[in-house]
Amino acid sequence: MLQANQLSYRIGNRVLLNGVSLQARAGELLAIVGPNGAGKSTLLKLCARELSPASGTLDLQGKPLLRYTSEQLALLRGMLHQQNNMTFPFRVGELVLMGRYPHYGAHPAVADYAIAEVALDLVGMRAFSDRIVSTLSGGEQQRVQLARVLAQVWDVPNALLLLDEPTTGLDLLHQHHMLDIARQMARRGHAVVAVLHDLNMAAQYADQLLMLKSGRREAYGTPRKVLTAPLIERVFGLPVQLLDNPCHQCPLIVPIPNFQAAFSH
Amino acid sequence: MEANTLTAPTIIRQTSPIATLHRPWLMPVLAGGLVVTILLSVGVGAVAILPSEVLAILGHSVGLTAAADETKTAILMTIRLPRVCLGLLIGAGLAVAGAAMQGLFRNPLADPGLIGISSGASLAAVGMIVLEVTLFQKLSGLLGYYALSLVAFAGACGTTLLVYRLARVAGRSVVTTMLLAGIAINALAGALTGLLTYLATDEQLRTITFWALGSLGGASWTTVLTILPFTMVVLLGLPRLAKSLNLLALGESQAAMLGVNVTSLKRRVIVLATLAVGTSVAVAGIIGFIGLVIPHLIRLVAGSDHRRLLIGSALGGAIVLTAADALARTIVAPAELPIGILTALLGTPVFLWMLIKERATT
Repeated sequence: MLQANQLSYRIGNRVLLNGVSLQARAGELLAIVGPNGAGKSTLLKLCARELSPASGTLDLQGKPLLRYTSEQLALLRGMLHQQNNMTFPFRVGELVLMGRYPHYGAHPAVADYAIAEVALDLVGMRAFSDRIVSTLSGGEQQRVQLARVLAQVWDVPNALLLLDEPTTGLDLLHQHHMLDIARQMARRGHAVVAVLHDLNMAAQYADQLLMLKSGRREAYGTPRKVLTAPLIERVFGLPVQLLDNPCHQCPLIVPIPNFQAAFSH
Repeated sequence: MEANTLTAPTIIRQTSPIATLHRPWLMPVLAGGLVVTILLSVGVGAVAILPSEVLAILGHSVGLTAAADETKTAILMTIRLPRVCLGLLIGAGLAVAGAAMQGLFRNPLADPGLIGISSGASLAAVGMIVLEVTLFQKLSGLLGYYALSLVAFAGACGTTLLVYRLARVAGRSVVTTMLLAGIAINALAGALTGLLTYLATDEQLRTITFWALGSLGGASWTTVLTILPFTMVVLLGLPRLAKSLNLLALGESQAAMLGVNVTSLKRRVIVLATLAVGTSVAVAGIIGFIGLVIPHLIRLVAGSDHRRLLIGSALGGAIVLTAADALARTIVAPAELPIGILTALLGTPVFLWMLIKERATT
C-alpha cells in the first residue's frame, strides 16, 4: 500500500527525521509511538504529502506519491489532524459531507449522504447532525472530524487513513471507541497509520508498531516484538515492567517511574 | 457485529437529515426583494415614476406596449436606470468579494480593504488629482473622464500585488502575514494620501473629498458597460470556488488533504476580489461596509456554506446598495448625500451589534 524508504526531513540544520522506513499494508493498523519531539507527526505528514521529504522515497499503491495530483490523492488518503479549528459556524452534517467533496461535482449523490450518515453513526454523533460544530465539546468535535475523514475514504478500497494523535481530548470510552473504529477500518481493507502516545492502547489495537526516538527508527514489528522493557526504558527514559494483559493477547506495560534518576543528569 | 455497523444502510432515505437546508426561503426572498428594490428605486426622485409606469416604459422600449410618457421615458432610460444598474453591479461585486475574502482569511471580520485594495486605489486617484504630472495629463487627454478610474484600478492592483508579494517573501504566503502586510501597506498608503491631501489646492480638495466618500453620481450607460464584464467575471468566478472555500474553513492543511490547491485558491480569490473592488472604487469611489456587513448578515440567516453565502451576498449587496443610493439622492434633495457616508452611517451600528452579539455567544 504505502511504502516509505529511508525518509529524512530537516528544517534548516535541525534534522527531524533520519532515514526512517515503514510499510503501511492494507488491512493493518500501524501505530507510530515515541517520546515528544521524536518526529511522529512529521513522519505522518510526509506520508500524507503535507510535507516533502529531504530524501527518501514514498510509493502509494506502487506509484510515487509525488506523481499523484492533489485531487487523486484526496480520493486515496484521508488524514485526521491534531488541531481542528472551525472558523465559521458550519453544521455537523455540512462538515461531514465536506469529506465527500472530492467525490462529487456540483451536487452530492444519494450515496454521499448515506456515507456521511454511516460515518456519523459510527462515531456516535448522528443525533448531533443539526448542531453548529463550535457549540460541541472538544471531544465531540474530534469525533465529528473523524467522521468527516471516514466519509472521505469510506467507499475507496485500500485507501490510506492517517490519524495524528486521534485520542487526544477524548474520554476513556471514546479513546477506545476511536481506536476500535481505526481497527475496523483496517479490517475493511484500509491501511491505517496512527500516531499514539499510550503504549498500552497501541499494544492492544495495533497490528504493527513503529517506535521513533529523535527522528530515528528504534524498533519496528508486532507489539509483542517491539514492546520490551529495556527498549521502552531506553527510548522513553522510564523504567517499566511488562506483564501479560489478562484480557487481550498483548503485553501490559506498568510504569515504575524514578523521576529523581530521570531528571538528575 | 462489525459487519452490521459498517455496511451502508440498505434503505436509503431520499431526504437525509444531513441534507436539511436551513431557511430555504432566503434565496427566493432575496430575488423578489431585488426586483422590488429595482422597481422602487428607479421610481423615486424629483419626478416620481410609478412601478406600473416603469413596467410600461420598459415594455414599450422592447416593443410590447403602447407609447409611454416621453419625459418619464427619458428620465428612466438615461438617468435612473443606468444609475440603478451601476448600483446593482457595484453592490453585488463588493458584497461577493467581501464574502470570499472572509472565507479566504478565515475571519468573519475581514474586508477587501484589509489587503490594501481600497487604500491603493485612493492613493493613486488622489495622486492623479493633486500631482497633475505629464503622464496623468496625457492619460486624461486620451481617456478623459475614465483616466481617473483607470489609475485608481491600477493602484488597487498595485497595492494588492505588493501585499501578496510581501507575504510570500516571508514564507509560503501565510494568511496572517498577509493581513499584517496589508495593515502596514494600508497605513503607508493612508499617510501618503494624507500628505497629498495636505498639498492639494481647495479645488482639488473638493474633488478628493467627493471621490473618497463615494457616489454613484457618475453613472451612465458607458460606466455600466465598462464595469459589466469585470463584475460578471467575478459573479460567475467566485461561486465556482465555493466548495474550496468551505474546505478552507477546516484549515489549510485539512483543505489540502481534500484536494484543494490552497495557493491557487488564494491567488484566484485575491485576483477576483481585486477586480470587483478595484473597478467599483474606480467608478464610484470608496463605498465602505457593504463588503463587510452583507456577508455577515447572510451568514447569520443562511449559514456558512459558501455555495449559498456567495450568491446570497451578491443579491443582498445589490439590494442594499441600490436602496441606499435611492435614499442618498432623495433625503437631502435637490442635493445628494455621498453614498459612502450613508453606508457607513447605517453599517456601523449593524457592525457593532454583530461584534457585541458575537462576544456574547463565545
